[in-house]
Amino acid sequence: MTLSVSHVSWSAGGTEILRDISLTVETGEFLGIIGPNGSGKTSLMSLFAGLRKPRSGVVLLDGAPIGSLSRRDVAQRLALVEQQADTGERITARQAVEIGRTPYLGPLLPWSPDDDRIVDAALDNVDMTHLAGRSWHTLSGGERQRLHIARAIAQQPEILLLDEPTNHLDIGHQISLLDLVQRQELTVVAALHDLNHAAMYCDRIAVMQVGCLVALGRPRDVLTEERIRDVFGVDAEIDVDGGGLCHLRFRTQRSHARVTAVRPANLSATGGR
Amino acid sequence: MNRALQTTGRTGAAFAALAVLLSALWMGASIGETSIPFSTVAQTVANRLWNAGYPLEPIDEGIVWSYRLSRSVIAASCGAALALSGVVLQSLLRNPLADPYLLGISAGASTGAVSVAILGVGAGYLTLPIGAFIGAILAFALVSVLALKAGRGTAAIILAGVAGSQLFNALTSFIVTKAATAEQARGIMFWLLGNLSGVRWPDAWLAVPAALLGLVVCIWHARALDAFTFGSESAASLGISVRRTYFVLVGVSAMMTAAMVSIVGSIGFVGLVIPHAARMLVGVRHGILLPASALIGAVFMIIADILSRTIITGQVLPIGVITALVGAPAFALILAQRRERA
Ligand SMILES: Nc1ncnc2c1ncn2[C@@H]1O[C@H](COP(=O)(O)OP(=O)(O)OP(=O)(O)O)[C@@H](O)[C@H]1O
Ligand SMILES: [Mg+2]
Repeated sequence: MTLSVSHVSWSAGGTEILRDISLTVETGEFLGIIGPNGSGKTSLMSLFAGLRKPRSGVVLLDGAPIGSLSRRDVAQRLALVEQQADTGERITARQAVEIGRTPYLGPLLPWSPDDDRIVDAALDNVDMTHLAGRSWHTLSGGERQRLHIARAIAQQPEILLLDEPTNHLDIGHQISLLDLVQRQELTVVAALHDLNHAAMYCDRIAVMQVGCLVALGRPRDVLTEERIRDVFGVDAEIDVDGGGLCHLRFRTQRSHARVTAVRPANLSATGGR
Repeated sequence: MNRALQTTGRTGAAFAALAVLLSALWMGASIGETSIPFSTVAQTVANRLWNAGYPLEPIDEGIVWSYRLSRSVIAASCGAALALSGVVLQSLLRNPLADPYLLGISAGASTGAVSVAILGVGAGYLTLPIGAFIGAILAFALVSVLALKAGRGTAAIILAGVAGSQLFNALTSFIVTKAATAEQARGIMFWLLGNLSGVRWPDAWLAVPAALLGLVVCIWHARALDAFTFGSESAASLGISVRRTYFVLVGVSAMMTAAMVSIVGSIGFVGLVIPHAARMLVGVRHGILLPASALIGAVFMIIADILSRTIITGQVLPIGVITALVGAPAFALILAQRRERA
């Protein structure tokens, strides 16, 4: 199962939002997409999912243009968890997950005991079995997010596209969710905001900046102090530990400002003494 | 869950639904200004359908068969069709206030029907229901464009619907005032309010198939409608071809609305309120919600028809008056509930 985009551009509302992006997702990898707000992560995800047509270039799923495949066919191989998805319908937690079986059901393919088992397993996987009967609008943001993931898992895809999956989650659940996603042995493409998480979980990281792909590679090659300053406008200190894992520490703009303002004075003061 | 048990349960439920519907029709034929015994109703049906040859008063038999039963059957089709349209529109647009009446689809259908009936648009090639269908589709297209321009939200869609209804109602009045004779005009105004008075058996040949076809097409798309729970993008990523689903389901809603409007005029609130009642009873899954809404809509309209014939002695109220009297307060309740949740 391979997913790739080659030379895709996409515009909306008269402005070009994605520019000439080429990227191949390797089978089984965890690919992170990072970049500031508005840099085009969500847009790229929806191109990957075949929800939008690129203005130029192609998106290939297993070598076939994704637009030439039926939606159902795509949905059996690829699941998307959107950045924001909510409902006013009075569904239960379990029903929110059951919807994930849609690509396998139809008027002549009714719900089966297998579907029940898959939904139960997905609920269990995200640790939501005990809340299965609760109604959606009584659930917390994090609980809803876990159900969205469970729905995607119930879809039994080979590729999981996650747009900011750790939104709304406390740190414990952020880590356990990313662990859980990693455990699935699926190909994962995830837009992430937390660079430390990206460093911990991703095999490769793609960096987006105003609609362009500016870097792609292993976390320790991509996450450099210059690049983070350049892309996010923040100063970071990066340590690479013995296992090759990056750790980022950020300095606030204010402490940064103080450092630059104070240092010359200090220097001249020490120099004076 | 056991598969066999599930199937048995479903068959049982279908039989129960059919029994409820038949009892309601039976009531509709029996209750009225003069009450006719249930046995007479049964014997009339046996005489007419199977030539059973029970000796009955011709007057009673006539009232039951030609007047009350035809009305009840059409009322039931109409209630089912409007309720189904309501469910479909509410789910597709993800808007709890959507229904063919509020969205201006009924108004468009009326304009279409009147254009054919009075202006002779289509020069004899277009029948009244087809004119109504074209009007319904045009109204939906106009309202969709307005709603998109106004920002897509729940309120935007409803406001666009109000604007669309007003426009099409004005067009209808204009056509009627300009071109109809005084007698035609009176008849049409009465019909516009939603009225079952003129209906006879031949109308059932349009109403019943339209409702049944609508029911089958909607149930065929039940899973697709479930997939719209989290919006159309989410539906697309679950393998639904969103555009085709919209096309088919909006088309079928317009078809049902147009068929009913061309027979009984535009009847408000049924499409809005019945789906909410059904959701409260059976939940939100479309596999069960759609048939339940159709059944409740059918029974509700049969009862509304009985009330319209009996509530004022010697007078028949337009059925639209009854549905509005029940529907408007229910609408207010839905609004209040929405605020509570927001
Ligand atoms: N349909 C659209 N019409 C006009 N502009 C759009 C549309 N969709 C996205 N954009 C714009 O494209 C840019 C990229 O949006 P996108 O949602 O892909 O960003 P993102 O990287 O996911 O940001 P965030 O981190 O805030 O989620 C934004 O400036 C956004 O305003
Ligand atoms: Mg985004």
